Amino acid sequence: MSILVIVDHTEASFQDSARRAASAAAEIGTGIHILLAGVECRQAAMQLSRISGVDAIILAENQQLDRHLAEPMVELLARLASDYSVFMAPAGTSGKNVMPRLAARLDVMQVSEVIKVVAPDTFERPIYAGSAIATVSSSDPTLVLTVRSSAFEPAALDGAAEVRQMPASIGASASRVVSVSPNMSERPDLGSARVVVSGGRALGSREAFESLILPLAERMNAAVGASRAAVDAGFVSSDCQVGQTGKIVAPDIYVACGISGAIQHLAGMKASKMIVAINRDPEAPIFAVSDYGLVADVFEAIPELTRQLQD
Amino acid sequence: MTYSILVPVKQVADSTARIRVRNDGSDVDLSGVKMAANPFDEIALEEAIRQREAGMAREVVVVSIGPRTAQETLRKALAIGADRAIHVLAPREIEPLAVAKVLKKIAQREAVDLVFLGKQAIDDDCNQTGQMLAEFLGWPQATFASSVRIAGGEITVVREVDDGLETLALSVPAVVSVDLRLNEPRYASLPNIMKAKNKPLAEIAVEDLGVDIAPRLTLLGVREPDVRQAGTMVRSVGELASILRLAAGRI
Repeated sequence: MSILVIVDHTEASFQDSARRAASAAAEIGTGIHILLAGVECRQAAMQLSRISGVDAIILAENQQLDRHLAEPMVELLARLASDYSVFMAPAGTSGKNVMPRLAARLDVMQVSEVIKVVAPDTFERPIYAGSAIATVSSSDPTLVLTVRSSAFEPAALDGAAEVRQMPASIGASASRVVSVSPNMSERPDLGSARVVVSGGRALGSREAFESLILPLAERMNAAVGASRAAVDAGFVSSDCQVGQTGKIVAPDIYVACGISGAIQHLAGMKASKMIVAINRDPEAPIFAVSDYGLVADVFEAIPELTRQLQD
Repeated sequence: MTYSILVPVKQVADSTARIRVRNDGSDVDLSGVKMAANPFDEIALEEAIRQREAGMAREVVVVSIGPRTAQETLRKALAIGADRAIHVLAPREIEPLAVAKVLKKIAQREAVDLVFLGKQAIDDDCNQTGQMLAEFLGWPQATFASSVRIAGGEITVVREVDDGLETLALSVPAVVSVDLRLNEPRYASLPNIMKAKNKPLAEIAVEDLGVDIAPRLTLLGVREPDVRQAGTMVRSVGELASILRLAAGRI
């Protein structure tokens, strides 16, 4: 049962998500390979070659694969169909885009957002925004999976995978990348940060979000997150959104500031190791999932907290 | 050149409904739960209607696969502004792989140029159908759309990806799956609800499409998520600061 893990090394958290996907793969079987496709794969390959349990890093170097567009990626992956019985990717926007197209090519039903490997063909996955957890088993000969990174621990770094090149010629495509505007945050990457400071609607404005949340995040060396309400109100860019339709995070410490705790937000952060919430409303649902709660006005509590953490 | 746009709409449990697991753990319990259009599909429908209003599309066709009750969702889509509807009558829930095969048949029969649909349904949260449909049709795809522009035989889509925004240009025909921030769907007005009663709604039995809809996955059970116990309320910022300092010191 050989397993191919597809990793997009243009994503900021690729190393962390590769290690977590490798853990998930190791629970399914052995013969784990990682595919890196695009340009400048070599350096990424060196970084990933130490992941425990990984036998080989396969490089497919071609400019057309650079942004992991689904059409060329599936053209490439389909050539490997007979070599692997499991195709797996972290459930980020790249994997979510490519893998279902691959599943269709292979005529198999994908299992999305796996959070637990029950048996090599049986998995747990959240449904209804995490309101319930389904256990499903697949009868397909090849498995196509996306795995939720935050549900798996990162694999150790004591391996020594060999690095191999594969031919990567790709035909003309009906889609092309016009431009990319990366998130310019100087803060740690939200997907893999160990501490996340998130702000919600209660902050009231972009100015308040920036003047309250950013200094606290800086003080705690944390990534910046936000509720959907804060993103929709324009306080912060959409790549900061934590929740069912944004990023699913599970840091060591999650600090929720002025976030009421809608179920869609909780679905994105409730696997965090420690949750701390500050909210003016003692009835806010966020307190029901928090390890530590403080009922206070964010405009007073956050600057004071930032100050005290400086001492 | 104006296009015909197909918008698949799934009927799902209303986003505000509280979802419970059956006592025997066999599945979720949807008895008595209000049903509604998948919110992401409503955003796709709104986008298709806006493209028609802007003169870029000549027709918006909605399709839903599901039991008889799916027709309520289709009538609502007609009231919002779709031109006509197709109901593919399916006795039970079918998997995204089979849904994509059914939609391929419909897209070909109706000779549509574009498919707009939600990035995922809020019940199974699979996020697969659009990508699978694009593969089956051999069309390019753009997922997670937050902006869509049609011009000169191309559709330009801004995608919300993990690291920021990515703009793609696809040649038409193409499949676009939409994200939350693409638009704010309109409500149906009373006159349009009345008018919708006379818009065409065709019905096809899924068996008549000659598509293999046999399930590939077996649902072994459904459980409640792990509950997180509420912890301690602290009384002051100072107390919180000491807790955070201690916790941060350990990582």
